[in-house]
Amino acid sequence: MKNGIEIMNVEQTFNGKKVLNGINVKIEKGEIFGLLGPSGAGKTTLIKILTGQLKQTEGKAEILGKDARKLTGEDYKKIGIMMDNFGLYERLSCFDNLKLFAKIYEITDDEISGILKEVGLLEAKKALAMNLSKGMRNRLQLARVLMLKPNILFLDEPTSGLDPATVDAIHGLIENERQKGTTIFLTTHNMAEAEKLCDNVALLNEGKIVEYGNPKELCRKYNHQKKIKLHLYDGQNIELEHDKSVAKILNRYFEQGLVETIHSTEPDLELVFMELTGRKLDK
Amino acid sequence: MIRNIKAILWKQIKDTFKNKTILIQFIMFPVLTLLMENAVNIEELPEHFFVKLFAVMYVGMAPLTAMSAVISEEKEKNTLRVLLMSNVKSMEYLLGVGIYIWAVCMIGAGVFSICGKYKGSTLCAFMLIMAVGILVSILIGAAIGTWSKNQMMATSVTVPVMMVVSFLPMLSMFNTSIEKLEKLTYSGQIHTLIGNVENLEISVENVLVICINMAIAVLGFWFSYRRSGLE
Repeated sequence: MKNGIEIMNVEQTFNGKKVLNGINVKIEKGEIFGLLGPSGAGKTTLIKILTGQLKQTEGKAEILGKDARKLTGEDYKKIGIMMDNFGLYERLSCFDNLKLFAKIYEITDDEISGILKEVGLLEAKKALAMNLSKGMRNRLQLARVLMLKPNILFLDEPTSGLDPATVDAIHGLIENERQKGTTIFLTTHNMAEAEKLCDNVALLNEGKIVEYGNPKELCRKYNHQKKIKLHLYDGQNIELEHDKSVAKILNRYFEQGLVETIHSTEPDLELVFMELTGRKLDK
Repeated sequence: MIRNIKAILWKQIKDTFKNKTILIQFIMFPVLTLLMENAVNIEELPEHFFVKLFAVMYVGMAPLTAMSAVISEEKEKNTLRVLLMSNVKSMEYLLGVGIYIWAVCMIGAGVFSICGKYKGSTLCAFMLIMAVGILVSILIGAAIGTWSKNQMMATSVTVPVMMVVSFLPMLSMFNTSIEKLEKLTYSGQIHTLIGNVENLEISVENVLVICINMAIAVLGFWFSYRRSGLE
């Protein structure tokens, strides 16, 4: 656990209101962990606690084997934090926005160009931050944290409000980081993103974790229907009970060459969340 | 430490050329002095009247507004938080911004000295007086910027303070009550010292008032920093 994250019974109270309640999570080194929840569930508060921006009311949070409340400048070299409210220097170019931090961390201009290329901003390197689209700003913020080659990466809603192409590009960058063994803590209210990227997710509702586990396993766990859906070439939709007899029936349809598509009926994380809380993730 | 201060200095230099609000503060009074000294020629006016008047206003305005604007903008846009989480310490940041503003204002002071045709010991005295005045203004600006959560909050405090500091010396020429009040401010003492810079005599009162003003600015900054920090 020394290189991962451990959250032990963390609680946070603001003006007498508990916004985080008994949070317990272990995140292994190299894992992509997704914290899913609607707006106001406490996702950003938890990131702030883990990154030492906020001191929790109760419990303990460890990152890189250290108490998150005692992180030093040296520790922050190993932690990349991308939060929506972290600004850019609007009157500086993309290149200069990175160069400021490169000067602090003694990173070369070539490395800056390399990271700009990686995030697809090399051609826009002279563009002022104030003239960038939201997607480009997110990618520049991501470049700023990736430039440090962090061991742990905190991404707070990295694809919120972006077009599908930019979302794909950012997912690609996150996948690259996974290949490098970076531990990633991701918050999102996009269940498809969590299913695609995360090894484990926690569903957070009103400050409490209501479910935790591998996204696919969670979907299987809450698959109460246990049905198989067939779409036939003649346009018919057929639902079959997923029991012992289904193999024979399916075989018959396939032998006759009638099946165009076949699907199981596990719920997605959105439906799991709704079942557990009665709320939608994006509300 | 030096590396981080140099990085902040570099950022400020890059940023200022595109930041018209700050840029105008730095160049307005030196340019105005150049123009007025060369364009207006009234015999009744004391020698280098505009240099002495505008130099004091420059001391009270440019460093104070620039310092509070830079800090409050960085706080509002959360860029300061990113810097502080990037191994930059609060003091390194404040020194980087402060040194930059002090240096740019000293270039402005150089322009005033050229307009005043100061040479030798007079030039040294003028630059020293300006340096001290700019330093006190920077401390006041740092206190306001640190205390404020955003730019609007900073502006609402900076403007009245700046008006008092920079306009009292001018207004004191027309009213004896204001003149008494002006004597209590560092800008008033700077006004007195610059007014006699050719035959400079530094009194205990000059030094004491400036030191007390500086101590109040340091205390103000300390309280602001304890209350809000740079986050």
